[in-house]
Amino acid sequence: MAQLEHSQEMGMHTEQLRGRTQQTFFSPIEDENFTYPWAYEVNFNKRAELDASDMSATEINLKLRDLMKSGHGTIVLKNPRARHGVAVGILNKLNLIVEGSLGYFGCGLVDGPNIRISGRVGWSCAENMMAGTVVIEKNAGSTFGAAMRGGDLVCKGDVGARAGIDMKGGTLIIGGRAGAFCGFMMQRGRMVILGDAGINLGDSMYDGTIYVGGKIADLGVDAVPAEMTDLDKAWLDRKLSQYGLKTPNGVGKMQKIVAGKQLWNYDNLEPTEKKLVL
Amino acid sequence: MCGIAGIIHRGGKTSDIGGEMTKMLQALKHRGPDSTGVALYGKPSGNRMVMRIKVAEAADLKSGFKIHDDVVDRWAKVDARLNELKAEIISSDQPTEYAKRYELNYGGDLSNLAKYIEDIDQVEILSLGRGLELIKDLGDATTVSQQYGLKGFQGTHAIGHTRMATESDVDIRSAHPYWAFPFRDVSVVHNGQLTNYWGGRRGLERKGHKFHSNCDSELIAVYLADRMEEGEDLEDAMHRSISELDGVFTYLVATENMLGMAKDTMAAKPMVLHESDDIIALASEEVAIRSIFSNEIDTFDPYEGEVRVWRS
Repeated sequence: MAQLEHSQEMGMHTEQLRGRTQQTFFSPIEDENFTYPWAYEVNFNKRAELDASDMSATEINLKLRDLMKSGHGTIVLKNPRARHGVAVGILNKLNLIVEGSLGYFGCGLVDGPNIRISGRVGWSCAENMMAGTVVIEKNAGSTFGAAMRGGDLVCKGDVGARAGIDMKGGTLIIGGRAGAFCGFMMQRGRMVILGDAGINLGDSMYDGTIYVGGKIADLGVDAVPAEMTDLDKAWLDRKLSQYGLKTPNGVGKMQKIVAGKQLWNYDNLEPTEKKLVL
Repeated sequence: MCGIAGIIHRGGKTSDIGGEMTKMLQALKHRGPDSTGVALYGKPSGNRMVMRIKVAEAADLKSGFKIHDDVVDRWAKVDARLNELKAEIISSDQPTEYAKRYELNYGGDLSNLAKYIEDIDQVEILSLGRGLELIKDLGDATTVSQQYGLKGFQGTHAIGHTRMATESDVDIRSAHPYWAFPFRDVSVVHNGQLTNYWGGRRGLERKGHKFHSNCDSELIAVYLADRMEEGEDLEDAMHRSISELDGVFTYLVATENMLGMAKDTMAAKPMVLHESDDIIALASEEVAIRSIFSNEIDTFDPYEGEVRVWRS
């Protein structure tokens, strides 16, 4: 099978994304635009430790920036004590190790760093993430990975409601159970839930794929089961092994959920017509 | 927004729950700066009843000169009616001009006492029970804690609330927690909005229940009181509330020896939980739980439609 067909079968798209940021910095034919012009040159072997016990979120974020500026490519952040808005807006290569838990909006708007968190994260972790990896060893709150566009976001524990809401790309992996309305209005990307999924899974999703290893409480509007292909299984095997995760019954037993696409022409339909379609 | 928090020490152990709740609610101040309230549960002692009561709003005291005379008059009426009902006043403390704490010896009908005292104009019983002491006022947790001397309060469990007023006035009447009038030792805090408040309220008022405010959260306290009056136990009443209360909510309820939490089916309001063999701590945000733990702890989020109850 041609590469283009493979990628389309996996839900990938080849068209260039539009938008000011994309056009300005990420033309795929210019290699130097894979990093931001203002990104710091960092050395992963240059390591720093930062104890955040008595620091505000703003001070922590400024200190992280200063450390990157001085070439540190590996930073260990200790004792964040669930503060909100920590490690946000990192548009740089960075190996960030967080020893502890983060509050709301942790790791939001990141583009490029590899972040590992030993504790739990609060609501809206990695919201609008563009690229890189964020791996959480314990649990996560609601709206996990909201509107993410790229990269790998992994929670090895349980996750709250509305994970992947408005997701526009990337891969979101949940090692345990997920709450209600996961994948709500999902547009692209892949979500993998190894445990049980809550009510209204994939409600009003436009596109993208959800894989579930456990039980699904129920499907949301226009979310429909689809057949698992060999390509799906191969991708899941490779992706899960990358993060040391396994689904109890093997990837072959996972359920695949996609958009029924009955809502795609909602602009052109009168309410009465919609009722007929749905 | 609003922030809610709860803590319960297992095995009947007591702790400085006043200090713990102050720290937790101060950490949640950004979720609601308008008012702060706590329901603290001390160790019950024989027939001793504790009554927390107010005879005016803090804002009333700025309304002229006569109000101070009115307040004195109201206190005199409260004392007279307690005497009339043969409720022996063991002690009374007055942290503010408009609020008092009474320790009473009373073996009669609590409902009758509560209704008779509240029949005095502008008088509101905040709580009445063997272990429960309900304190609420305007300001953040530190302000209210200092005003009412909460630090050092020994007890088994507590719930608390920081309020961001969204649908009713900024006053003590609309602050949480709410006492489940006239049930002794039952209190509720809530984060969210109830969309069937007026319908639910009208139904409960027709059954004879009393509301003190126009705050939607009070409906939960009265609803649970009604269900328990019908013979349901607390956990069953909470399960029923998930389907009978409309809107988005996470609420905590406490009784003399229990602490419970319930979350609506949309899971739209946050709750983080830490559970160990000795202690359960829960709050709208993890930062509140960590304010009372210096060591590393595990936390998780309860799910939609979930009800949990713990005993002290």
